[in-house]
Amino acid sequence: MTPEDIPVLPRGVRCGDDRVRGLRVLLGPERVLMLDQIGDAVLRRVNGTDTIRTISEDLARTFCAPRAQVEADVIEYLADLAEKRMVERANG
Amino acid sequence: MADLPLAMLAELTHRCPLACPYCSNPQELTGRDAELSTAQWADIFRQAADLGVLQLHLSGGEPASRRDLLELVTAAREAGLYTNLITSGIGLTPARLEALDAAGLDHIQLSVQGVRAELADRIGGYAGGFDRKMHVADHIARLGFPLTLNAVMHRENLDDLPATLDMALRLGARRIEIACVQFQGWALANRAALQPSRDQVARAKELVRAASARLKGQLVIDFVPPDYYSDFPKACMNGWGSTGLNIAPDGTVLPCHAAQTIPHLTFENATARPLAEIWHDSAAFNAYRGTDWLPELCQSCDRRDVDFGGCRCQAMAVLGDPGAPDPVCRKSPGRAVLDDLLSQETVDIAPPDFVYRR
Ligand code: SF4
Ligand code: SF4
Repeated sequence: MTPEDIPVLPRGVRCGDDRVRGLRVLLGPERVLMLDQIGDAVLRRVNGTDTIRTISEDLARTFCAPRAQVEADVIEYLADLAEKRMVERANG
Repeated sequence: MADLPLAMLAELTHRCPLACPYCSNPQELTGRDAELSTAQWADIFRQAADLGVLQLHLSGGEPASRRDLLELVTAAREAGLYTNLITSGIGLTPARLEALDAAGLDHIQLSVQGVRAELADRIGGYAGGFDRKMHVADHIARLGFPLTLNAVMHRENLDDLPATLDMALRLGARRIEIACVQFQGWALANRAALQPSRDQVARAKELVRAASARLKGQLVIDFVPPDYYSDFPKACMNGWGSTGLNIAPDGTVLPCHAAQTIPHLTFENATARPLAEIWHDSAAFNAYRGTDWLPELCQSCDRRDVDFGGCRCQAMAVLGDPGAPDPVCRKSPGRAVLDDLLSQETVDIAPPDFVYRR
């Protein structure tokens, strides 16, 4: 994953509300990931159109954090999900 | 207060065109007359979602043997559940798959009995099954369904592991579950015929390790090693009554699919009592919940909160005592019984014939 990559949730992976526990979750085949505030903020911006750079800039503005740091964290987070095949690159 | 369940397995029916000798269904199968209606299942799905269940696995038997599969998937999605279909593929026509796609089915788990028609059809006890399954797999891929291949491995096919991985890649699966047969239900009647040898298992583990590294990001490999060769038990169901539940075809609510082999437990039916009450208050769910009930050996063990003493049904099947530590455990007295079974059943003679699930 690089800043120019466009992440997307593949079919069969989706975010949702766990209304009973009051949490946001990421659901995939045989997997339930409870999302913290950061994970939720990242995945809400994963739309199959925006690059990691755009997503990171937006997050940096929203949370008043240094962009370079945010970008490194976003890449790490999404690369880990990609390894589990819960995130793909829309740009191939 | 107990945790809330995350996943529910709905055994829609015990009917199945195949007759796999490793089937985890009970040796006493439930007939069609006793199966729940569409409306009863839909009600259970809603209750499950209200209780905290996020993922639903539609299983069987063969779930496609239910004529109302489409209605059931629709009801599950309306209840807000992530819906997974566990199927042999037999009975899923292209038209049915398209309808399931439109209804929002999230994921398909396709079982394979082998990578060669000859072996696969002998294991499944169904001539022509392999070819039909491959057609179904093509349609699944064409519709873009996320696919997991489900390969149950045993003495006769464990050496086909590389070809099984190739098949997963060829079919465009994102994930493969390589589960060495677990001895429950019909598999118990075929243990000697199915038990792999220690060498086979060692080779398989090495292969899986190498393939996982090689296929990283392309194919997720989940490997379930055969219990009997492990030193410590698995945390069966993540702990009894902690994260999951099963519904049998007639609505009986079970802490795990083999729980009915434990004779002193009585199980309640979802058509007679609300699911939440059964989960929280029924005797069967509380019998082995948590760790208070564990014997002294486990109480003083540092793995107590890791494996919760292992599988109750395995303790029952091997030792006749559902309250004993899982006999897989090296520290437990039951291990000697398991080792005896292993040495009797994996000697290098021709294995016995299969007892097919009928
Ligand atoms: S294991 Fe075989 S016989 Fe049992 S339900 Fe699955 S396909 Fe049918
Ligand atoms: S003694 Fe009990 S808790 Fe410890 S490993 Fe064995 S089964 Fe698990």
